[in-house]
Amino acid sequence: MSTILNLPDQATARVPKRNYLTNENGIMSWLLTGDHKRIAILYLISITFFFFIGGALAGLIRLELLTPQSDLMASDTYNKIFTMHGVVMIFLFLVPSVPATLGNFLIPIMIGAKDLAFPKINLLSWYLYLAGGALTLGAMISGGVDTGWTFTTPMSTHFSNTNVITTGLAIFIAGFSSIFTGLNFIVTLHRMRAPGMTWFKMPLFCWAHYAASILMVLGTPVLAITIVLVALERTVGIGVFDPTKGGDPILFQHLFWFYSHPAVYIMILPGMGVISEVISTFSRKRVFGYTAVAFSSVAIAVFGFFVWAHHMFIMGVSNYAVLVFSLLTMLVAVPSAIKIFNWAFTLYKGSITFETPMLYAFGFMGLFTIGGLTGVFLGTAGTDIHLTETYFIVAHFHFVMVGGMLMAFLSGIHFWWPKLTGRMYPEKISQLAAVVTFIGFNFTFFPQFLLGMLGMPRRYAAYPQEFQVLNVFSTAGATILGVGYLLPMIYLVWSLKYGQIAGNNPWQATGLEWQIQSPPLTENFTTIPIVTQDVYDYEWLERQKEHEVTHVG
Amino acid sequence: MSDSHAVAVAEHGAHEHPAHLRHHFVSLEQQDETASFGMWLFLLTEIMFFGGLFTAYLIYRNWYYPAFVSASHTLSITLGAINTLVLITSSFTMAMGVWCAETKKQKGLIWSLIATIVLGFAFLGIKTVEYKEKFEKHHVPGSSFSIQSFVHPVAEDGKAADKALPADTAARTEVYFSLYFAMTGMHAVHMIVGIGLLLMMLVQAIRGAYSHGNIAFVENFGLYWHFVDLVWIFLFPLLYLISRH
Amino acid sequence: MGLSPVIWQFLVKWMVSFAIIPPEASRIAPQVDALLVFMTLVSLVGLTLVGLLVTAFSILYRRDRNPVPTQIEGSTLLEATWTIIPLGLFLIMFVWGSVLYFRIYTPPPNAMNIYVVGKQWMWKAEHPGGQHEINSLHIPIDKPIQLTLISQDVFHSFSIPAFRVKREAIPGRYTTVWFEATTPGTYHLFCTQYCGTAHSAMIGDIVVQTPEDYKMWLAGSTSGVSLAQNGERLFSSLSCGACHNGQPDARGPSLANVYGSKLTLTTGSPVLVDEAYLRQAILNPSAHITQGYAPIMPTYQGQISEEGLISLVEYIKNLNSNYRVQQTLNTTELLPEQPDKGAAKGAAMQGVAKP
Repeated sequence: MSTILNLPDQATARVPKRNYLTNENGIMSWLLTGDHKRIAILYLISITFFFFIGGALAGLIRLELLTPQSDLMASDTYNKIFTMHGVVMIFLFLVPSVPATLGNFLIPIMIGAKDLAFPKINLLSWYLYLAGGALTLGAMISGGVDTGWTFTTPMSTHFSNTNVITTGLAIFIAGFSSIFTGLNFIVTLHRMRAPGMTWFKMPLFCWAHYAASILMVLGTPVLAITIVLVALERTVGIGVFDPTKGGDPILFQHLFWFYSHPAVYIMILPGMGVISEVISTFSRKRVFGYTAVAFSSVAIAVFGFFVWAHHMFIMGVSNYAVLVFSLLTMLVAVPSAIKIFNWAFTLYKGSITFETPMLYAFGFMGLFTIGGLTGVFLGTAGTDIHLTETYFIVAHFHFVMVGGMLMAFLSGIHFWWPKLTGRMYPEKISQLAAVVTFIGFNFTFFPQFLLGMLGMPRRYAAYPQEFQVLNVFSTAGATILGVGYLLPMIYLVWSLKYGQIAGNNPWQATGLEWQIQSPPLTENFTTIPIVTQDVYDYEWLERQKEHEVTHVG
Repeated sequence: MSDSHAVAVAEHGAHEHPAHLRHHFVSLEQQDETASFGMWLFLLTEIMFFGGLFTAYLIYRNWYYPAFVSASHTLSITLGAINTLVLITSSFTMAMGVWCAETKKQKGLIWSLIATIVLGFAFLGIKTVEYKEKFEKHHVPGSSFSIQSFVHPVAEDGKAADKALPADTAARTEVYFSLYFAMTGMHAVHMIVGIGLLLMMLVQAIRGAYSHGNIAFVENFGLYWHFVDLVWIFLFPLLYLISRH
Repeated sequence: MGLSPVIWQFLVKWMVSFAIIPPEASRIAPQVDALLVFMTLVSLVGLTLVGLLVTAFSILYRRDRNPVPTQIEGSTLLEATWTIIPLGLFLIMFVWGSVLYFRIYTPPPNAMNIYVVGKQWMWKAEHPGGQHEINSLHIPIDKPIQLTLISQDVFHSFSIPAFRVKREAIPGRYTTVWFEATTPGTYHLFCTQYCGTAHSAMIGDIVVQTPEDYKMWLAGSTSGVSLAQNGERLFSSLSCGACHNGQPDARGPSLANVYGSKLTLTTGSPVLVDEAYLRQAILNPSAHITQGYAPIMPTYQGQISEEGLISLVEYIKNLNSNYRVQQTLNTTELLPEQPDKGAAKGAAMQGVAKP
């Protein structure tokens, strides 16, 4: 099978001596860096760490669910483990996964800037993330927390005697990390674009991050104040959410989901940005309907703020509110459909190759389509009653978050690995890993749709006998999935030393990031580029190459 | 906007970097614009932060209006009004400070900052007096909260006593005081952060750090200070002036 | 090499009992399933379409076959197609689903009401005839049953997968759901809202019986005092009758026929008197004063348990002549002879919260 891979002559090629990795040495040069690329690497290491903690917790959950009784651990322990799994995976992995690593690394380069607008705030946001992570770990080690990541009142305020405050504080701090990242991106995209880089010449990766950043900046503060109120209620005993004092626990639900629903889009939008870049590059074509894809990101961000109450259909909100929120939920599903079809049609009349990033992207399209469509089952009020709070919802958001976002993250990591490190990952084994991940994923989570249809409730340490077979399938699949995630860890580390030299533009891609050396210089560009070409302009790229050739000849 | 960038690039060629131009910006205009854009965005997140509290307030005020009215009558409008005046004045002195910085009047800047700090402390001082009274009257939500003063009101300081509330209505005043402390408390936290930054700026100003045109920090802090002031402008009528038209 | 016997057993068991949907045991279940089938079909078509497009293009336009790509801007027509068709389909689902939603949460007026109190970690059901159950619920077939739910502590959720219904039990307010069982049998009852340590043990059985069996069960498990009778005793032990005595010069409004009526409050706002209103009026009377009366009623917050409140509400409902007739049709005929007074008095005290 042919490939677009275009590597320099390995005998003579060298990773450039001067680059952002070698520019300065010593641990302090990393810990005090203002360079967005180094901060991205710091983030990459830390989120991988937390991904493994979250993944290990997931493994324990699946092991416990192998049998109907709660025999591996007591139900209290189980409750703490799934709570921690949720908190770690959502706030410490999924929310920062693509934005804080790839977004941080690439956004300034893609728009021709030397750095993000506020490098110090960028570094601060990493430290806040670490502080949040450390507090979460502290809460976990010193006894854990058992409220579920949703912190439902009055359970979190009056009935749980675990580390709610510490975990809340951790999320509060990590939340500010995400606010600062979002703020930095918005300002950078508005004010730092190179001459000629108009809004509609920006890669769709930037558009997706712009939309996600709006959600981060406007949604996260509401979560922050909600956490403050929960903490005050737990410590001092104020009565904002306490029904015995006249407060309304439903108000907590409203405030919490006002952030936590948009948070879903914070997690998935950057992944969509990755997929746009990858599909375009490996089919050698401009993304079909660029404007439609760009605006669908913004549409998701806007509609995403007005659907939060679909998490509360069975909680006794008024029937008419349910109508409105169900309708808006249907509307927010449409931009996702638009994106899927545009990606599919990007392939039309392309010249397609199947390197690892593309395989992950195909995986994303399939799994995200399932995740999105099952979301419609849940947004439809009548069927939500049966399906909500069961394993159907667990399967649904894992299809979106793990099947969608994690696939996109891995796709992006492989795609930009040569830019990050200057070296290629090994192709054959990584293609294998992509396939293993896809198979393992479906084995793990598809049975959970069936379990949900059958009515198995989520967050159960013990369950009726008849659900066992499907749970065994799911656990078996999880082991395959685990292998799928371990493989990249191993070979990516291996490739740091032994990978082939990548050269500037191994994929023959059009983005500005591919026109500079790999790994880039600390200042990204020696002179600020003046952008004349269109976005995804493969003809321009061809002409550039011819030009170079004639030059040399 | 791309035009202004093109100009900026042209200037870049001249290699006349002022000392405080950060390496990743092409011009001072771009750097300043970026900073103030970032500040406005940050204030937007602050609006969302307080927005959550205001939402809660509006809902409960609708539900428990009589309790909110009675509870708000325990606040001293005089102290609230003085505080409003103090804050507005401090906004004015801050604006003066920004103007002095822009026109490179170092003395003026220093005195404006000092005035703003003094007024900020004055605000917090008055707020402390108000809080203390709430503690004494058992109006702080939590285990020591008591509805006695609403069920059996006593006349004081020549003011006629409010009408006695039935116990169940009086119990709802705890929701009011929860919100009162959450909202004014969050506001006070912002004031304290602001005063900290003001002190830092004062040291810098005495050192002459703002005498060379690098005043983005002062300007953006000004925005923050006005925002905190503005929040109070909303809090005062919402918390103190319920039913007093 | 053969399959390990354990795995073999597993697969056999699975094949024998394979199901992707729980039994349809209520009137609404087939209707919900019809929509589920429709949505599944649409999803399958959509998924197949995306899959086919991606596969076909991947084969037709792979680099080996098509080395030179053709650049295409996009197509407004196509964009419109895949905006409007999904939107149309989603809107069909929206309308269909909303109709079902209203059906599931709008009980018919002739429904028999059973109260359910959730607490960490059990379900307590209170039948109007005075039968109490924990973690189980007996109901007859072919009779609309309304559940009025409330929680004593945290959020719980009352889920019956075989009926396709579920409703959250919330502290401090009543929620309702109704269903009409069609097939006798025993079905799962789950708490689906995470509620703490023993969340997964907060399960029980829904026992659906033929009318004959149900009558036998009712007679066999009666506590001797119906909810309304219990409420009547609470009513007198709390001296409610001192004001609510039905006399024209009474200090409190008459409660006869008040349930289901429309009242005007002193604030001028009209209210419909339902279970939730009655509960609130007992706990927070001063916010629920009927026009023409003075706000003199004390609050009973913290003095009556949720079960006691339920009894009182049921008693007040029973003061309605037509409601009494209706409930008589439903249950009272099934009650045994009047029990002796002593036992009744003990039961009446159950409702009062322990100090």
